[in-house]
Amino acid sequence: MSTLPTTPPVRKTQATWQPRTSGSGSAGPRAQGGTGRRILLAFVYLVLTAVGLIYILPFVIQIVTSFKTDPDAAGNPLGLLPNPFSLESYRRLFGLGNSGDAVPFSTWLSNSVLVTLFITAGRVFFDSLAGYALARLDFRGRNLLFNGLLTIMAVPGVVLLIPKFLVLNQLGIFDTYSAMIIPLMVDAAGVFIMRQFFLSIPREVEEAARIDGASVFRTFWSVVLPMAKPALITLTILSFQGSWNEFTHFLVATQSPQYQTLTTGLASFVSGSLSSGTQYPLKLTAALLATIPVAVLFFTFQRHFVRSANSGAVKE
Amino acid sequence: MSQYGSGSGSVAAPPAAAGGDGRRRRREPASRIKGRQGLWGWLFVSPMVLVLGLFLLLPIGMALWVSLLNWDGQSNPFTGAADFVGLDNYSNVLTNDGLDRTLFMTSVRNNLYFVLLVVPLQTILALALAVAVNSRRIKGKSLFRTIFYFPSVTSSIAISTVFLFLFQGSGAVNALLKWVGITGPKWFTDADGLVWTVLGGLGIVDPDKPTAALASNGFLGLSWWDWLSGPSIAMCTIIALIVWTSSGTYMLIFLAALQDVPAELEEAALLDGANRWQSFRNVTIPALRPVIFLVLTLGLIGSWQIFDAVYVMSQGAPGNTTLTPAFLSYTAGFQDSEYGRAAAIAFILLAIIMVMTLIQRVLLRDRDRPARTAGRFGALRRRTS
Repeated sequence: MSTLPTTPPVRKTQATWQPRTSGSGSAGPRAQGGTGRRILLAFVYLVLTAVGLIYILPFVIQIVTSFKTDPDAAGNPLGLLPNPFSLESYRRLFGLGNSGDAVPFSTWLSNSVLVTLFITAGRVFFDSLAGYALARLDFRGRNLLFNGLLTIMAVPGVVLLIPKFLVLNQLGIFDTYSAMIIPLMVDAAGVFIMRQFFLSIPREVEEAARIDGASVFRTFWSVVLPMAKPALITLTILSFQGSWNEFTHFLVATQSPQYQTLTTGLASFVSGSLSSGTQYPLKLTAALLATIPVAVLFFTFQRHFVRSANSGAVKE
Repeated sequence: MSQYGSGSGSVAAPPAAAGGDGRRRRREPASRIKGRQGLWGWLFVSPMVLVLGLFLLLPIGMALWVSLLNWDGQSNPFTGAADFVGLDNYSNVLTNDGLDRTLFMTSVRNNLYFVLLVVPLQTILALALAVAVNSRRIKGKSLFRTIFYFPSVTSSIAISTVFLFLFQGSGAVNALLKWVGITGPKWFTDADGLVWTVLGGLGIVDPDKPTAALASNGFLGLSWWDWLSGPSIAMCTIIALIVWTSSGTYMLIFLAALQDVPAELEEAALLDGANRWQSFRNVTIPALRPVIFLVLTLGLIGSWQIFDAVYVMSQGAPGNTTLTPAFLSYTAGFQDSEYGRAAAIAFILLAIIMVMTLIQRVLLRDRDRPARTAGRFGALRRRTS
């Protein structure tokens, strides 16, 4: 479960610090400081636990509600025991229910899987290609491209909603899988992450391969890329999470229900065209199932999530 | 062995003997490699150039053109079938009286209050969590980190769905409030502004009867009463959602920075008689300044773009009090088919974000205290050690 490494300096200074405190005073003040500190510590734990509960409780309620019936969810929104226990939401989402398949959940799911796979594969490959070129290959216009990349990263995404639709429409690919996938195949932040990583790999590694007569691509593919495994894992996770959770792009790139993903489908179910009645257990179950893949990924690869969160800090 | 053993090994010619000749021979392949690199370089970046150029750069140019048109999205905007209206779309939204401007200014007001609450709240919360979780004495730190960060990695749509359920009139939040004897509002249908509601609760103004002076005068198409009303109760739920989801990411950024603050600095301050709070205030905070700036900037940029939660939770309702410029741009284009106006709003939003970031940069640059503080404690450290 460990996420961030505790830095050694902290430990070291702690060791030098403690003898000084114990040496500085008599037993009386030290004991007093001890209780004061213990009370403070207890208080910190209390607050952390309370805040932690606030962070977890929505998910707990979501999971519990997914096993509830509509009246139970409405009457007992806080109840942590479903009464009666019901698998109806799950059955309905997978088309096994009595009331028919009102929610095309399987379409959403397969679209999400398909789109995520293509986008993730594309990003990992193209981002590392471009990142490698920007870090290592000497070609005219490289600095210009890199500066352009930094500028593009600064453009707020929401501003591009309408513009993106205009271009997709002009290209004649609006409302297709291509419109969903191709624009997301490369992402500026990913190129940046890969470039930073390739800069840290010693040049000698490639030179040996070059001298042996390997082409640039072959050097990249069989020598440098295998060394970039940690960065590639981070990029893969980041891309998976990003494309699985992507909403606004799919919203403006498609129109037909057949292209709905878990996010756009869920959104239309909750507040758009499919929305009818409350049906909260069903909605929360769909939301839960959309969360599970990312949750599994998160708990398996926490370290990489942490790294990607902090790669944002490198930007400045 | 020692003859061949140095560096690049057996491939290299005896360096001293070859002299200038060897260097020339080496330069030729180098330039050939460079030429090849140029080709490969462009080949490697071509997917990036194509995709980012086509879907990021070109759209900006196209939208700039479309924002000067009265265009319904049907015809080709480049053939002259659409009316060229110049800056009309911009003036309709910014200066001309009318519904367009009222809607846009309402959305700006809503987003302004959203930013005013979200950015400080999420920054302070993230910093507090990071400090707590960074403490040496806390056990189970990694568990807490995981808990606080998890909401940030999940889908905004899924989370919004959950919050919609929690904040219903008879939902979990109100059930919790009932335990402590408070009757919660009907969150998503309550368009009352927070400022007037609070002042009304204190008996200072009547929230239902706008003060005449404030209601009859106005600025940019909204009355002062509207400008000053604060975020609506419905908007407060979205604020809660965003603070809750984004604090985890910023906590991690703070955490990474905290671990880089030299512990000796804080200790030196403590030895010098500063208490914990003073040491935090005068040593830790100045050391974190660049990161605080980063978090504030990212928060500001993010908050002006709030869209997903509005789409799922409220669609601008009630009474347009959760309408934001980003959502207004979307509905202007995709619901009203007024792509010119939609594009104009997008560009004004871009301008707002850029201006805000600049203002922030200038404000934070002027108070340049950290260098001095760090210097002082640096000297202090040298004295004590």
